[in-house]
Amino acid sequence: MSETMAAGGPRTLQIWRGDLTSGELVDYELETEPGMVVLDAVLEIQRSQAPDLAVRWNCKAAKCGSCSAEINGTPRLMCKTRLDHLPADEPIRVEPMKAFPVIRDLVTDVSWNYRVNEQITPFTPRDDLKEGVDLKNGDYLIDQADTDRMSEFRKCIECFLCQDVCHILRDHHMHNRYYGPRFMVRMASLDMHPLDGVDRLDQIADEGGIGLCNITKCCTEVCPEGIHITDNAIIPMKERVVDTHDPLLKVLGRTPNKGRRKPPPRSEDPEL
Amino acid sequence: MTLEHHDYDVLVLGSGGSGLRAAIAAAEAGARTALVCKSLLGKAHTVMAEGGLAAALGNVVPADSWSIHFQDTLFGGKYLNNWRMAELHAKEAPDRVRELEHWGAVFDRTPERLMSQRAFGGHTYRRLVHIGDRTGLEMIRTLQDKTVHSNVEVFMETTITTLIKDGERVVGCFGYRRASGEQISFSAKALVLATGGSGRIHKITSNSQDCTGDGYVLALAAGAELVDMEFVQFHPTGMVYPPGVAGLLVTEAVRGEGGILRNKDGERFMERYDPKRMELSTRDVVARAIYTEVKEGRGTPHGGAYLDVSHLDSDYVRRRLPSMYDQFLELAGVDITKEPMQVGPTCHYFMGGIKVDPDTGETRVPGLFATGEASGGMNGANRLGGNSLGDLLVFGRRAGIGAAETANRTDAVSLPVGEVAAAEAQVDHYLNGDERDQIENPFQMHKDLHKVMGDGVGIFRDREGLTDAITKLESLEGRADNLRAPSNRIDYNPGWQLCPEVKNMLTVSLMVARAALLREESRGGHSRLDHPAYSDYWGEHNIVIHSDGDKDMSLTPAPVVKRDELEELVEARKESEKAS
Repeated sequence: MSETMAAGGPRTLQIWRGDLTSGELVDYELETEPGMVVLDAVLEIQRSQAPDLAVRWNCKAAKCGSCSAEINGTPRLMCKTRLDHLPADEPIRVEPMKAFPVIRDLVTDVSWNYRVNEQITPFTPRDDLKEGVDLKNGDYLIDQADTDRMSEFRKCIECFLCQDVCHILRDHHMHNRYYGPRFMVRMASLDMHPLDGVDRLDQIADEGGIGLCNITKCCTEVCPEGIHITDNAIIPMKERVVDTHDPLLKVLGRTPNKGRRKPPPRSEDPEL
Repeated sequence: MTLEHHDYDVLVLGSGGSGLRAAIAAAEAGARTALVCKSLLGKAHTVMAEGGLAAALGNVVPADSWSIHFQDTLFGGKYLNNWRMAELHAKEAPDRVRELEHWGAVFDRTPERLMSQRAFGGHTYRRLVHIGDRTGLEMIRTLQDKTVHSNVEVFMETTITTLIKDGERVVGCFGYRRASGEQISFSAKALVLATGGSGRIHKITSNSQDCTGDGYVLALAAGAELVDMEFVQFHPTGMVYPPGVAGLLVTEAVRGEGGILRNKDGERFMERYDPKRMELSTRDVVARAIYTEVKEGRGTPHGGAYLDVSHLDSDYVRRRLPSMYDQFLELAGVDITKEPMQVGPTCHYFMGGIKVDPDTGETRVPGLFATGEASGGMNGANRLGGNSLGDLLVFGRRAGIGAAETANRTDAVSLPVGEVAAAEAQVDHYLNGDERDQIENPFQMHKDLHKVMGDGVGIFRDREGLTDAITKLESLEGRADNLRAPSNRIDYNPGWQLCPEVKNMLTVSLMVARAALLREESRGGHSRLDHPAYSDYWGEHNIVIHSDGDKDMSLTPAPVVKRDELEELVEARKESEKAS
């Protein structure tokens, strides 16, 4: 397995150091080992050269989504980005995510995402689950096909890289008008649950702000879990929102989510 | 500085599966509840659990029942388990997983559209509820969403360094917020330690950065007992290459789905270690087998064993083991549908932990509870795969209820001023303490600890190695008061964070090494080269550790906690094992 693996060798990392007030890229030289990922290099620099270098990480296995950063300008997980997959003839630039306020160095304040999540009505079973159809002795009956569809969205590790790359949040700072791709994915996973009984389409359209997404697919490109955020979550929900918000269909009572309950009222939209 | 202070009925430390489940239960019972975690919510080590959750639902094999699950758990634990804990776990896991599904968790299905169950080592029947190979993520996300809609306050990136007592009773704790460095204290009528294990004492580990055994040491200092600390599970299959990912977990589901282990000569070596169960033998047996193959010169180029699924349909592999497929392709450049993985043992789980009342999770210290990997007893000498995720739910809920009930009958508590001041001084010491000439660097001391544990307290142990390790650990612990953060800034300072963690890990390592020296036999996750067989005496005894006041820890053998009404089940299992 090692034959294809490039050797280590000396590399230069340019790491952004600073806080909310100011910051700059600082060069660090280090000797790398074969197969090293960016997080290995950053932690080695922390250990040997910059003991106060702030970096958030935890599992180092691409499962917890803590070590999100921008590597050579692209939002990526540091633990999943191999040094030998980056151009060898230039320094490796590591910067904090730009859609969120920086705390220090590579660590950003992502708490806004948690406030958004609190706004989303959780899974709530339908009132009319039927024994023999939806239930067997009270246990849920669900098709594997439904599980597979939901599973794509439930793979999300909440690294918030999609939120970081989304220009609605990153460039236009419309955190109070758009929940961002991560929470479109969350809404989609709830919406597709065959036994869920909540109608979230108004929330998706209004507070969620799905209309602001103009389908540039940047979020899909950076997702470390390979979730087809735009094609499988956002576009189908956009279509349903258009359908339900069509005044003629509403008059005729032919809206797709007919029969689902409206969620309870929510508090103010979360500000960044 | 004005100290940030909060008061709750129930305070839960740790946001993995057991902490979240405890917080939900406490809040549901009407307690004003808060959850404190070292990292962000949803990032705890539970997120890395892959294979599944063992619950005798009988969806795939209707003959399954709680009593067979109970027997399997005791067999896996080499009969050192607390019988009541194994009983409660086997009986209640099915309801806990159903409940999780009713909160929105999504699991793989059977053709009859029920929750599917997969095979795992040591389980008689197909028993593990799962979703692909990311079951822990599904659990934690479901519990996380339930928690934030359950009126639980969450304090993220907050590290607790001291439990505060008022007389005999735990009444709160003290720590700091990582981002700002600002100190914070909590008073609570009941406190639940759901702080997980301590895999970071070893260099090669599947554990997250957070797994530094804080709860074990907080509990010991508060006067609680710990049990079975010598039993550390090495998961048989961690990645061995490239070096940066060495130790990263390769789920047992790979073997559950039909993966085959071979040595460099192509021999299916498990035939020599456990011909009956082969690759699906218990984890302790498979880990020792791989270790032995490597040690005796039959290892792979990178010092492991081959684990092969390339004989299985490649679409099936990608569907059933998607994370493993990605992990090897991305990190090692290996397509597991075409070529074998190289794997070796990795420090994975602490069977031991804080000794609790099985029904309520209460320790012997009033107001202090523990649950999940932080607690001990359920798994005995070796944990079966899939039994930790059920454990988190069953005993997380019980500890949450237990804590809420205690809070309910407890008058308001307050923190003694002197205790808080002492806790403040200790934390500040790591940042600003004097004696600058004999500073110990926490990064270096962590490295030194890894060397000591790797050399003397790994999979195979003996008197000489353990004695040597204990001497070195005592010396390191003696220097731990000189630990200083290399930088004295207070905001998100990684060196400061590591100081108390390293000190905790030294204490945990001493517990492991001393208990391992005392237990002169080989059983489950504890193998002594100088005592390779079972001992009758130790087969009936657990090792209990406690510390009185400022005195060093003491170790006492205590009889295994049995239950008369379960005697028949246990004897029947022992008989059938003998017969085969």
